[in-house]
Amino acid sequence: MDLAIILALDVLNGTASLFLLCVGLAIIFGMMKIINLAHGEFVMLGAYATVIATNAGVDIWVSMIIVAPLFVGLVGLLIERCLIRFLYGRLVDSMLATWGLSLLLIGLVTTIYGNTMNGVPTPLGGFQVGEYRSSWYTLFLAGMAVSVMALVYALLRLTRFGLIARAVMHNPNMAATLGVNPDRVYMITFGIGAGLTGLAGGLLAPLSGITPVMGAAFIAKCFITVVGGGATIISGTLTASGLFGLINQLGAYLTTPVYGEVILFLSAIFLIRILPQGISGRFFKGMS
Amino acid sequence: MMNVLEVQGLRANYGPVPILTGIEFDVGEGEYLGILGHNGMGKTTLLKALMGYLPAMNGAVRFLGSDVTRLPIHARARLGLGLVPQGREIFATLTVRENLRMGLAAARKEDSRIIDDLLTDFPRLVRLLNRPGGALSGGEQQLLALARCLCANPKLILLDEPTEGIQPSIIEEIIETLLALRKRRSLSMIVVEQNLEFIASLSDRVLSIQKGRITGEVSREDLLAGRVGLAVP
Repeated sequence: MDLAIILALDVLNGTASLFLLCVGLAIIFGMMKIINLAHGEFVMLGAYATVIATNAGVDIWVSMIIVAPLFVGLVGLLIERCLIRFLYGRLVDSMLATWGLSLLLIGLVTTIYGNTMNGVPTPLGGFQVGEYRSSWYTLFLAGMAVSVMALVYALLRLTRFGLIARAVMHNPNMAATLGVNPDRVYMITFGIGAGLTGLAGGLLAPLSGITPVMGAAFIAKCFITVVGGGATIISGTLTASGLFGLINQLGAYLTTPVYGEVILFLSAIFLIRILPQGISGRFFKGMS
Repeated sequence: MMNVLEVQGLRANYGPVPILTGIEFDVGEGEYLGILGHNGMGKTTLLKALMGYLPAMNGAVRFLGSDVTRLPIHARARLGLGLVPQGREIFATLTVRENLRMGLAAARKEDSRIIDDLLTDFPRLVRLLNRPGGALSGGEQQLLALARCLCANPKLILLDEPTEGIQPSIIEEIIETLLALRKRRSLSMIVVEQNLEFIASLSDRVLSIQKGRITGEVSREDLLAGRVGLAVP
């Protein structure tokens, strides 16, 4: 029984982290069709922003929830203006350019802060389940995932900006014919995607070893989740993170963490083979 | 009377292929201008070039007195140019109401009274408001595209083959609505069409287009008798 609870908490943790890591990518890839290979480095920048702010005396909650997304969101805006905006509709070029961007960001951070491991302590402490221990931070992550989900849903479904963004993604020329500047909408959307990715970096900073190359650990998992989830942002990302989070954690429990990842990737390949449009392309057509 | 639109020597290409080869015409204030032509003569391209979808290779377009030849699409829209495109381009996954709200996207504040007012002219749309735009019939989509364009309160509407694939009852409705609207708003229109009856009942003046040039005016008598001289020798 205790073991079941711990396993359930592990799955919850896996799902919540995966959802947080992916939602920004789902916006940038799903809505804007930009393959951002620097996604992992956006996570890394969020983590570094958190470490640096915390070490400078900023409250850790503020660094994670405010400093990290704000900083990475602004970096995202800058990158969109200088690089990404020339790449809309050029899928292969966007991959090449963002790969270069990823190398640049890794190099830049290594030069400034060195190739060393950084970290921040995990806040909140733990609790006992029978003979096992778990941490309150897991539950906090799940709560944050739910809040981000609600926030993105509200932004897309209930605000005027959300309506305009959905229309622009559907048909940019027609939206322009109605007086919308698609360029501006793309810029803001990219900034929001980057900001949410920075938030994920901030929230995962206490759980990960923070190095300039930490992004590489996330990027593959994020892409298969977003592709597996399909075109709709919330329902797709949520179902795919739930499914892959479950497979990953159970695989890791039954074998080893390494095989857990292998099982995850194999099942993702299988899923995309049988559902090429992703989970939401099959089951949640037309939602967001 | 001031001209709403003045087009001088307009040339535009699709890739390397020249489609418009020197278009010249004016649209007067409050005028409904028809442009008649066969497929492939550049009707749709003309409207796309006027809206800014295609760059002008040469020539000038003046709208309400200002030069818009190099402006992007959204800037022309904000000056009061509206397009109801061929194929209607409804946002399929948005509801009918959301499609209409997009008509207000350029406004500083979204005023839902504008939509409510407009719906009195388009009673057929009222019971469809919460349906996705993609689920509407062709005729309903055409009405929606027109209503969406009108939400932005344009001064000049570019209407591209509105009768294509649409049942006659809705064609009648579109004609009546457009004739009623001009009495209340200062509205001009360019309609390109192949349907002679439709163009005759709406237009004050009809021009013919051939091989990317305006070739002359078609008189009402010729139009109604079907003698429009469009056959290419």
